[in-house]
Formats: sequence, structure tokens, C-alpha cells
Amino acid sequence: MKKMSKVTKNNLITYAMVIAAYIVMEILLKTGHVSSLLQGLLVPLCTYVILAVSLNLTVGILGELSLGHAGFMCVGAFSSALFSLTTKEAIPNGGLRFLIAILIACVAAAVCGVIVGIPVLRLKGDYLAIVTLAFGEIIKNLVNAIYLGIDSKGFHFSMKDTISLNLEPEGKVLIKGAQGITGTPHSSNFTIGVILILITLIIVNNLVHSRTGRAVMSIRDNRIAAESIGINITKYKLIAFTLSAAMAGVAGALYSHNLATLTALPKNFGYNMSIMILVFVVLGGIGNMRGSVIAAVVLTLLPELLRGLSDYRMLIYAIVLIVMMIFNWSPAVLDMRKKLAAKLKKNQTEKEA
Amino acid sequence: MALLEVKNLGISFGGLRAVNAFDIKIEKGQLYGLIGPNGAGKTTIFNLLTGVYKPDEGSVILDGVNITGKKTIEINKAGIARTFQNIRLFKDMSVLDNVKVGLHNHHVYSTVEGIFRLPRYYKVEKEMNEKAMELLRVFELDKEADTLAANLPYGKQRKLEIARALATNPKLLLLDEPAAGMNPNETQELMKTIRFVRDHFDMTILLIEHDMKLVSGICEKLTVLNFGEVLCQGETKEVLNHPEVITAYLGE
Repeated sequence: MKKMSKVTKNNLITYAMVIAAYIVMEILLKTGHVSSLLQGLLVPLCTYVILAVSLNLTVGILGELSLGHAGFMCVGAFSSALFSLTTKEAIPNGGLRFLIAILIACVAAAVCGVIVGIPVLRLKGDYLAIVTLAFGEIIKNLVNAIYLGIDSKGFHFSMKDTISLNLEPEGKVLIKGAQGITGTPHSSNFTIGVILILITLIIVNNLVHSRTGRAVMSIRDNRIAAESIGINITKYKLIAFTLSAAMAGVAGALYSHNLATLTALPKNFGYNMSIMILVFVVLGGIGNMRGSVIAAVVLTLLPELLRGLSDYRMLIYAIVLIVMMIFNWSPAVLDMRKKLAAKLKKNQTEKEA
Repeated sequence: MALLEVKNLGISFGGLRAVNAFDIKIEKGQLYGLIGPNGAGKTTIFNLLTGVYKPDEGSVILDGVNITGKKTIEINKAGIARTFQNIRLFKDMSVLDNVKVGLHNHHVYSTVEGIFRLPRYYKVEKEMNEKAMELLRVFELDKEADTLAANLPYGKQRKLEIARALATNPKLLLLDEPAAGMNPNETQELMKTIRFVRDHFDMTILLIEHDMKLVSGICEKLTVLNFGEVLCQGETKEVLNHPEVITAYLGE
């Protein structure tokens, strides 16, 4: 029973940190202390945090290396943006429309998660990483090649160009291949982002400390033993993977509704993005959700805060990465941290006594 | 009727006949030993019984149910649980959680109920905690409930593996070299534990072991395996004095 309360306490601290950071940010915004550059970064920041937490479910809890997380985000981004664009007039209530859009992003990404997951989860380690990497790239390139239009007869689809859609004169082109989706309503904001972060955190934390989470972790720790005590390997791997994909889809919806023009570039939905999210996860600590949140925030803000140093910006970024990696993972440093913590605790108890 | 009845079990790996015409009959409540020199096929038989390998021929009947060629998880649900020669714990999970994973199929709530913390989550989790702590107390592991399994000393890891196997509520418990790597004192304690498990849980146990002191000390019946075939079968004393067994296994 004591342990339960410890876990709950730990989770509550994480939630409180997110809320505190939100309140501080809101105050700074209201008093006008935030540069417009930083303001523009707030929603992407929320997106990255959600992505990092959701990827941590695959990497830290399921124990499989996925390099295609941006692919699921891409699916969520485009499906939700498409929905919002087509129903702009039909559903005038922006909040309701965005809510449905998020749910659609979630479901679309989850479906992709199942489709990709069934074959991919039979693989292990490097092989799984390579296939998920390929998935991410395929999705990005596929989206770049799609043309979709709408007129009174319904949807028109092509993989060639806008003209071959054969639209009626008053028809509207929704997806313009590499030019992407233009005119998505600007429904995202910082508050919604933070709410979605909290929901993601609660879902992941609750999952980890439940029957399902234990089954998933047992597969991570020892597949053969898990099977021998009656755990259905495929089922639980797929649950974790799909849930992770679904949450990446939500992050995609948040991301796409912050941009007037949504295009699938290597920068936002490609390999680089997947790796960046993985860096957040590894740096924050594999399996440590709070760490993922902090790492995502620090590493997103850092390059912007260092903008004044212009040329040295990326150099400092790299150094911070290395230092944080050593601080978090080097065995010698971990020992030192443990000793330091023990010393502090001792001092505290002495003071109390 | 016997609890476990295996008839004519056999498997080949390529040209190697690993197990041939293996028969065994274990009565309920028996403590049964499976011995033999290295490479005789003992662990292969465990893997056949638990569905890790599919037998080429033969049948396995557990408590009247044919479980031949079924999947590992189905066999576990049918009532066979095992431990491993090289300990396979869930190392990065707490001792308590290791046992709670074992309770997985007996205390059920859905993933959704878990995520949204619906009332059934609290009810079932409470049951699980109580049941798991009860098992840990039996093995004197209750004080280490919050420790990571990887941080337990060797002897306790062995115990935890048995506790986890028992959590799945089996009819038959398979122990693969439980005394491997233990010193004489730990082996003594293990013998006590195994006997206790049999009496306390009314369990039927089949164990593989090299430690003759343990085998002759607690097993009621023995099967000796050599080159994948049964060499001798019967009461422990008779088997250990059988001239062929002494030649093949214990040395002349």
C-alpha cells in the first residue's frame, strides 16, 4: 500500500509541474514578457512533449526502438486538418470541430499503428527500428504525392496533379500534393496543448501501473518467461504500440491546427523529427515520463534562447546534449548522484533529530 | 487417474533425435525427479511439456485434458507453470509486480478500466496485492516487496521465480535445476521450500536436478534419461541403485 501512494505521489508531482509551468507561462504572456518568437514556439512545444511521452511508451515500457514516430504524427496531422477544412462551414463551433478533429487524428493514427504493428512487432531490435523508419518515410512521401479535391459530386482523388482531379469549376482542392493543406482553421492554442499533455501523461502513467502495463513490461524484461506465465505477447505489444501511435496522432492534430499551411517536409514529419523525439526520450530517461517532458521542453527552448549567440548556438546545443547524457547515464556519475542523495538525506535526518 | 500422463513423446532437431519414446506418469501430489547426464534431453522435455517446442509425435495429457502441441500460454492456462535453469525474472520490475504479473489471468480488468481508474481497477488491484503479498510471505520475500527483482540475492531470486510460477495457480509445477549455483546451505533451505510448496499448496512437482543429495532427499519417484531415452524409472532408492544408472550417470 505504501508503494501505491509513492507512485501516485510521483505522478502528481509531474502533473503539478506541468500545471505550474503553464501558470507561470500564462502570467508572463499576460504581462507581455514573452517574445513573439517564443510565443510561436509554445504550441509546437506542447506537440513535442506529447510525442516524447507517447514514444516513451514504446521505447521505455514496451522496450522496442521505433524510428517512425513522426509518421504517426503525420497521419494524425493530415487526417485532422482535412476534416477541419472540409467541415469549416458545416460545424461552425470551432471548439467542437477541433475536438472531433483530435479524435479523428487519434483513430487514424491508431489504425495505422495496428496495420504497421501486426507485421512489425514480430521483429526485434534493429530490424524493428529499420521497418518503423521506413514506415515514417513512406507516409511522408505518400502524403506529398496525394491530390484531393471536393465538388458537388463528392471527393476526387489523384496521385498526379491538380488538373487530373477533374473538378467542377466551383470545386475546391483540399490537398495539393507537395504543397500540402492550406487554410486549416487555427484552433490550437497553448491551453489546449497543456490539457492534451496532461491527458497523455495521465493515460500513460495509469497504463503503466495497471494490469496491462505490467504485462507489457514483463514482455520487455523477459519474453519467454512472460509467455510461460500466460501473457499474450502479441496482444499486449500491439496495445502498447497502438496507444503510442494514437497519442502521436493527437500531437499531429495539435501541430496541424497551429499552421496555416501544412506540408510534409523532412523537417517536420521526416527522419529528423523521429530522431529528435527519440533524443528527448533517451535524454529524459527511458521509461521516465517526467524526464521526457523536461527534456522536450529544455531541448526545444534551448536553441531559441541561445539565438543571441548565433554561430555558437548549435555548438552549445551539442555540448548540453553530451553533458546531459553523461549526467543521466554514465555509471560513475550515477554512483556519485546516489552517494550525494544519501548524504543529503542523512544531513536532513540529523537536522530533524 | 494420473495428473500428468505422457506417452511416446519424441522430437528431432535436424538429424539429432533429442527425445525418443518418452513416457512418464505423475500422480497428484507427487514429488517427481527427472535426472540424467548433460545433454540427455531433460530441459527439452520441459520445453515440450510447456509448448516451447512442438513434439513430432506422442501425447501429453494433463488432468484428462489433451494439451499436446498447444501454445505456451494455453498450456499455462491449462495448469502447467515452470521455472528456468537460468533464472528469468522481470528484472526491472519490483518483486511484488513480478508476482502480480503471474496473477494476470486470474484477476482481470480491462485496459480501459485500468487507464480511467474505474472502480473495478481498485477492487481487483486490492485483491491482487493481497494475494501477491500472501505468496511473498510464504516465501519470506514480503520485506523485499518493493525491491527490484534484479537486486535480490541469488537464492531469493530462485524463490521469487517459484512464487511467480505458483501465482498462475498451476496443477503441475516444473522446476528446472532449482539448486543450480547454490551452496550446500542454500540447497538445504531449498529442499525445505520445495517440500513446503508441495504440502502447503497441495502441488504436484516435477523437477530436473543434478544435485544428488537434493534428488535423493526429496523425490519420491525418479526417471533417468540418457541420450533422449528413458533409462530407468521407479522409486528413488531402487533407481539410484540400479546398475545401469550408476554406469551411465553416477560413474562406476
